[in-house]
Amino acid sequence: MAAKFSQKTSRRIFKLLVFLIALLPLAWLAFALYSDTALGTRLLTNDPVQKLDRELGDWALILIIVTLAVRPARDILGMNELIAYRRMIGLFAFFYVVLHLSSYMFLNLQFNFGEFLADVAKRPFITIGVINFVLLAAMAATSTRGMIRRLGGRNWRRLHMLIYGVSVLGLIHFIMMIRADFSRPFIYGGCIAVLLGYRLWAARRKRITA
Amino acid sequence: MLIRIKKASDVKNSEITSKEAIINRRAFMTAAAVASGAALLPTFVRPAFAGVRLENVKKTSWGEAEKPATLEGITSHNNFYEFGTGKSDPKRNAHTLKPKPWTVEIAGHAEKTGTFGLDDLIRPHQLEERIYRMRCVEAWSMVIPWVGIPLGDVLKRFNPTSKAKYVAFETLVDHQQMPMQRSPSLPWPYLEGLRMDEAMHPLSLLAVGIHGEVMPNQNGAPVRLVVPWKYGFKGIKSIVKISFVEKQPPATWNIQAPSEYGFFSNVNPERSHPRWSQARERVITGEGGVKALFTPRAETKMFNGYAEEVASLYAGMDLFNNY
Repeated sequence: MAAKFSQKTSRRIFKLLVFLIALLPLAWLAFALYSDTALGTRLLTNDPVQKLDRELGDWALILIIVTLAVRPARDILGMNELIAYRRMIGLFAFFYVVLHLSSYMFLNLQFNFGEFLADVAKRPFITIGVINFVLLAAMAATSTRGMIRRLGGRNWRRLHMLIYGVSVLGLIHFIMMIRADFSRPFIYGGCIAVLLGYRLWAARRKRITA
Repeated sequence: MLIRIKKASDVKNSEITSKEAIINRRAFMTAAAVASGAALLPTFVRPAFAGVRLENVKKTSWGEAEKPATLEGITSHNNFYEFGTGKSDPKRNAHTLKPKPWTVEIAGHAEKTGTFGLDDLIRPHQLEERIYRMRCVEAWSMVIPWVGIPLGDVLKRFNPTSKAKYVAFETLVDHQQMPMQRSPSLPWPYLEGLRMDEAMHPLSLLAVGIHGEVMPNQNGAPVRLVVPWKYGFKGIKSIVKISFVEKQPPATWNIQAPSEYGFFSNVNPERSHPRWSQARERVITGEGGVKALFTPRAETKMFNGYAEEVASLYAGMDLFNNY
């Protein structure tokens, strides 16, 4: 207990922890699939294609919301080091979006690319989903230290403000595919409103005090 | 231990239809669980409900060639918002429904009207087993061995008058029996309707059972509608009222989202739902896991494959605009 970690070591441990936590949803889905296959359970229902699709989309949106929560949490708790974990969480959000899109293309549409392109063109909620994928891919591609340097801090920050739009589009994408029971988008929407509202409030306060 | 468990699920998948099989499986599972010390196991794989066998059911040739989904599958994957909006909610929640005693009110333009006990409604008819394909509007499908009687035969007994152009159906509203009706996920009661000729068509069924057993609560006990050439939501569950009416009656999903769910809602692979294509369907067999994940999708057929029987009902009608 008395052992003192250097800041570097403790950050490494925490990063590993965040990494493992972000993998938990995937681990759960993998276990559920194994259990349904080998043990006869129905954790992923009788329609696992749909269930996996929904779960992966859900977790992508949750992680996007978590990345939005990092800065307010830092400001309120006064813990500057929290920012160090944001990139990883954001990359995990992208990771779940990739899995979500893959499950849609490969498991749901079963490699029918013609149908996929028709969906993207004809169905606004899928168009929005694909736009979100592209925006997140741009952010993921520019998430390295080298890219930050190359873009310059100001441009980089501007580009990564796209996450605000991505969160709103993600929510719209979710709402548009629901038939009834809006309880979850209501919760996600509330979180997004608070977290984006915080930024407006913080920016205004900065302007006033400056 | 793993090998044993796998065997148990094989038994379940291949022989689920008969009650004996379920009991055997239970015994097997218990034995396996005790043997391996995994006491929790039986709760994972117990049958969906304690079914009661229906007596004197006539087999028919309907769907002989089809492979029905397992009882477990049919009873654990339901859209029945009165018991929750998730697919597995009804199985968990529908125990509060009391399907016995049950009455159905017959009203509207008919010579005989009134409130009848379910037995009086059903008993004069020969129960039949019919294996029908069920195509959900959400692009999944299931093959279900229904037990029931032709709807038309029942309706005829009330001598509908010439003013009876449509038949309207209504589900129970009861906050004790259907607790989720306290939430406004849909306007209650659930309503559905058929044109008179659709209702009188020999394919339309009033179903009281599945897999030879009394209708499980989560599937719409004690009596529900089955119209196999239409999307599944037309098959209104737990019916308490049937009315003969002159004008096209309101239908719940049609009210909820008229651009997505039409009054007719005939299965039509060419008429896509605004949010997804209806050209193909995920066939739900009751098998889960990897097997279900990679089951090839099936091509959806016009009128769900019953075009030969029902296409004439819609001769000359624009099926794209009258979706």
